[in-house]
Amino acid sequence: MTAKTVVALEGVEKAYGSVRALAGIDLGVIEGELLALLGPSGCGKTTTLNVIAGFAAPDRGRVLIDGADVTTRPAWQRGLGIVFQSYALFPHMTVAENVAFGLRERGVAPAEIAASVTEALALVRLPGVATLRPAQLSGGMQQRVALARALVIRPRVLLLDEPLAALDRKLRESMRAELKEIQRVVGITTIFVTHDQHEALGLADRIAVMNAGRIEQLGPPREVYERPATRFVADFIGASTLLEAHALDARTVEIGGGLRVDVRLPRPLVAGERVRLLIRPERVELGEGAGMLAARVSGVMYLGDHTEVQVELSSGVRLLATVRAAPPLGPGDPIGVRLPADAFLEIA
Amino acid sequence: MIGRVIVGLLVGFMTLPTIVVVIASFNPTAILAFPPAGLSLRWYENALTYPQFRRAAVNSVIVTGASALLALPIGTAAALALVRHPLRGRGLWSAVFLSPLIIPGVAIGLGFLILAARFGLLANHAVLISAHTVLVLPFVIRSVAVSAANLDPQLERAAASLGARPGRVFRRVTLPLLRPGLFAALLFAVIVSVNEFVVSLFVSTRVTEILPVAMFTYVVNYTDPTMAALSTLFIGATFVAVFLTDRFLGLSGILHIEDHR
Repeated sequence: MTAKTVVALEGVEKAYGSVRALAGIDLGVIEGELLALLGPSGCGKTTTLNVIAGFAAPDRGRVLIDGADVTTRPAWQRGLGIVFQSYALFPHMTVAENVAFGLRERGVAPAEIAASVTEALALVRLPGVATLRPAQLSGGMQQRVALARALVIRPRVLLLDEPLAALDRKLRESMRAELKEIQRVVGITTIFVTHDQHEALGLADRIAVMNAGRIEQLGPPREVYERPATRFVADFIGASTLLEAHALDARTVEIGGGLRVDVRLPRPLVAGERVRLLIRPERVELGEGAGMLAARVSGVMYLGDHTEVQVELSSGVRLLATVRAAPPLGPGDPIGVRLPADAFLEIA
Repeated sequence: MIGRVIVGLLVGFMTLPTIVVVIASFNPTAILAFPPAGLSLRWYENALTYPQFRRAAVNSVIVTGASALLALPIGTAAALALVRHPLRGRGLWSAVFLSPLIIPGVAIGLGFLILAARFGLLANHAVLISAHTVLVLPFVIRSVAVSAANLDPQLERAAASLGARPGRVFRRVTLPLLRPGLFAALLFAVIVSVNEFVVSLFVSTRVTEILPVAMFTYVVNYTDPTMAALSTLFIGATFVAVFLTDRFLGLSGILHIEDHR
């Protein structure tokens, strides 16, 4: 059984004036998955969502839903459920009227509408607010109403635009778990836009990392984090240190100042070639003892559950390391650094 | 202390003419004397029974009603276009729509007079109605534009995503949310049209003239306090209209920016 592609973008390009918002997007969203479009502001993720929703027409390329070309089909005929960043609840209607909106437009019988609205509000755990106006609800509750309104029409795909951005941190974390649970229960194919890497890593089945109107990498969270395809992805998701190195033999490189380290990369290196290596701070080991590289602490940032330590090797190379429990360190303290051979990633 | 005196004088200066008119309207004698020699309602009776005033009042209702009915949809469409769409030459469009505020009434009146004479429409209400429509449009556009600027376009997108076709989106989302602006627009349109004089004078005939023109004609010919009585009634009616609007629709809510988000 092969996974079915629900939404497909083929060579989608879109420019606003002289600004190229999308520079050729190819993307397939698989049945039942939760896909995150992740990137900094202006990367084209919201434009991608608007193109799928039918709010923006692509200059070039096609949009397919279940294999049907919907590129020129207006938004109201696409049958997608959308939750907007501002929630976009109708202020002149009650919560129940908001949720019922899409069903009324479809000419559903009133009795059936009432039952569906109650069911949808129960799904998002928001009973007893049906007669209130959106303005009387908290941000988190409005978000649930928006979700119920989008889900009640049983859309083919659910689109979420920065769904958690407007909530405060505590609420955002609980809502994140709940969103995932609702998505799992309903089993709906979902695409969400976010600039928050934690949100993408924690929520998505697959992440499309976007930059300058292109998808830099598409893959499961673990793959995107542990094997970033480009320097941009490595930089955008998680912290890291980039090292310019040149190979001495298949498994040894020099990382500046004559410092030699062993590396284990998926491919053997050719002596003399230049490589760009990346190391995640949690893979940099600090301590004392034989076989460690001599270094000095140049900066310490205590962050509660972990500490970020900036170290400078005797060769002058600077590295970022995170440690769970560190003895109190201060700038200038001598320290030993170990760089495990399998901690290095090669970046194009 | 001095500040209070100045404010007091200013308020007095602003309200004095109104007060003088109201008091003079109760004058029992046939001259517009101030202070009045006694108290009488005979000029009110005269104002309400004078045939030309009755005819002019009917004309006023027709002209104001028709021009408001025309200006509201035109102005709403214009306001939405100006606020929503990045029109080429948006500044020019908005200048054209708002120009009746700046161009002297004499010029507008003369223009309508020439056109009306050319098409033989002088004895027709149509000329007055079109002139008033033009004159109230800037007020309608301004009022609706304030509401339109506060309308989150995402709401219309949300409605569309839920399956509402464009006409339905307009009826169920756009129009209800423009309501405060539409009420303000209606109020302004009625007040401006009912009080309009300069342009109306140019394109009125004895048959089509509206109340302010009839009042002017009367005051040219007679000097009794009928005018003062009618003016007092006018002032009273405007007060009642504004009071009712404020009471039931919340004038402050209409005139100020309402945030829907």
